[in-house]
Amino acid sequence: MSVMTIVQAINNALDIKLDEDKSVVMYGEDSGREGGVFRVTEGLQKKYGVERVFDSPLAESAIVGTGLGMALSGLRPVVELQFDGFTYPAFNQIISNVSRMHNRSRGMYKVPLVIRFPYGGGINALEHHSESPEALYAHIPGLKVVIPSSPHDAKGLLIAAIECDDPVIFMEPKRIYRAIKQEVEDGKFSIPLGKAKVLTEGTDITVVAFGAMIRECQKAIVMAKEAGISVELIDLRTIYPIDKETIAESIKKTGRIVIVAEAPESFSVGAELMAIANEEAFLYLEAPPKRVMGFDTIVPLAKGEPMYMITPEKIFYEIERTIKF
Amino acid sequence: MLNNVKTIEKTTYKKPTMIFDDFDPREDKILRIIDNEGEVLNKELMPDLDDETIIKAYKSMLFARVADQMAVSFQRQGRMYTYPPILGQEAIQIAGGIIIRENDWLVPAFREMAIMLAKGVTLKEIFLYYLGNEQGSNFSKANHVLPICVPIASQLIHATGIGYSIKYQKKDEVVFPFVGDGGTSEGDFSEALNFAEVWKVPVIFTIQNNQYAISFPVQSQTKSVNLAVKSLAFGLPGIKVDGNDFFAMYVAYKESSDYARAGKGPVLIEALTYRKGAHTTSDDPSKYRSKEEEFEWAKTDPLIRLKKFMDKKGIWKEDEEKLIDGYKLEVDKQFTEAENFTPYPLEDVFQYMYTDMPDILKKQKSEYEQFQSWKEKRK
Repeated sequence: MSVMTIVQAINNALDIKLDEDKSVVMYGEDSGREGGVFRVTEGLQKKYGVERVFDSPLAESAIVGTGLGMALSGLRPVVELQFDGFTYPAFNQIISNVSRMHNRSRGMYKVPLVIRFPYGGGINALEHHSESPEALYAHIPGLKVVIPSSPHDAKGLLIAAIECDDPVIFMEPKRIYRAIKQEVEDGKFSIPLGKAKVLTEGTDITVVAFGAMIRECQKAIVMAKEAGISVELIDLRTIYPIDKETIAESIKKTGRIVIVAEAPESFSVGAELMAIANEEAFLYLEAPPKRVMGFDTIVPLAKGEPMYMITPEKIFYEIERTIKF
Repeated sequence: MLNNVKTIEKTTYKKPTMIFDDFDPREDKILRIIDNEGEVLNKELMPDLDDETIIKAYKSMLFARVADQMAVSFQRQGRMYTYPPILGQEAIQIAGGIIIRENDWLVPAFREMAIMLAKGVTLKEIFLYYLGNEQGSNFSKANHVLPICVPIASQLIHATGIGYSIKYQKKDEVVFPFVGDGGTSEGDFSEALNFAEVWKVPVIFTIQNNQYAISFPVQSQTKSVNLAVKSLAFGLPGIKVDGNDFFAMYVAYKESSDYARAGKGPVLIEALTYRKGAHTTSDDPSKYRSKEEEFEWAKTDPLIRLKKFMDKKGIWKEDEEKLIDGYKLEVDKQFTEAENFTPYPLEDVFQYMYTDMPDILKKQKSEYEQFQSWKEKRK
């Protein structure tokens, strides 16, 4: 066991896979020599050489598209896009090619490609550096979308993503990149994709969240506990394929659900979770499902951002309202 | 820093081999070996091909043309869906087909039927695709061929990525991606060329400049003097070639392939040609181009030119009508096989989205099966 941040856990996962599998290569803007703008890949180029860990020219479409080409011809590339809001130039490659090549070729070609990028707000950043586009990617058939919330999960999920023969969008909660330290198992382990995790068992209400919002939910749970409310907290971990079963089972137990995410609310992962609550657990619901999510607005710059961001108070406020419905 | 300008010029424009040197795209030079009458214009560059190879190449071009024209008529008969004809572009692809090796990679756009055949894709598979079945892109015999890629120019980037794999794995392979003239305006075109040269990977980019992006003429697509010149901005050699001249295309591919295989990096070939047919079977070229223009370009037809060359040399002794009849039978046979291919099972809609079908898809499939059985009972 070693105490690690999410940044260190991701670096450790990449290190393990680069070490054991020569077909793994890793590149992106500033990812090589500098180790990325968040230093996630720090030291890896020195250890594995410029052929395997390198800086690419500045073009997201080409970073992802060449990754697809490599994945079709025997490599297992892990590409890094610098920020959530800079992934869109690669959108055509992702939606039109990466997600489809296995289906298009009827299984002749597999696409073992991981596309990593930091996402989410709360870091007082410039425009395009605070976005949560998980729903955009989860809506594309053929992709898997993964978001860890802790160092342990970041390591295990990334190893699973690199070993997966399907393309994986791996979104990293930049706000808690270094905010959480946790004991993480040494050596190689993986966490299966597609499985949510019940982080806290409870009986009165289900809260579903992922990524950086887990920490906020955990703070809200403390407040709820003081108010005598028992919360069951579920960490989605994989956005797609979404683990309907774990969510439905929990709602059947508690009868209530609050969904927490920082992306704009309309047509979001939150909307999908509302659908799951209705389709899978309709007769068990004792209150309308509720979303605590971002506004349908652009994430404001630093001065306005606190009003946009989901706080533990806001989550607790909606938990209490749902309980009192 | 200003006195560095000269150095920059030197490093960005290099003169790698004789043909790229002699046909500088900045001067809008074009590599051409035979003229429209089949006369050899450039004896020095005439490749040393034996008669048998030339005859075989002509036959391959002829077979592709017969198959292409029959594909259009199958579509007209309502037996096949939208199809993009290659009519007039056969020389480029058959010349490339001679140079491309078993283990080289073909990265097509969607108007590369002839070189796909040359690479071992079966006509039945090509028909199967245009009959609306993705199984046509699961090539049973062809090695290292990517499926048809419709989003314009996006495939060029895959080719660059494959080039990286080849270099990384130290393999003796070359990648042959294709794009049209319109595709050169896409960002992905520039990104693919840039990454390829930065990484120095073995990729031969071919632009089939057939003069039109659907209805939009190449003269309006760009104000560059030609398309080959675009390579120079990224530091790789480019050459404009008469794409309807089989020998010129052969030489361009031969030189490019030697260059790429020697580890010198990527090359851009602009193959000047004319799309004699429509963009696809849904298109009507009479809306945007004149009969006069079509007539002028018809004089450059690659099959007629090669035939004239062979006649002059006295090496063509086949009965062409008889040959065509045989080809028609073969095309018909393969089309019938494609038409009689197993019906599209529901399973196929779902099972290739992921390597293992997620529960969500299993449920969507089983719900549809329930609907189907309800429908059956209702009859």
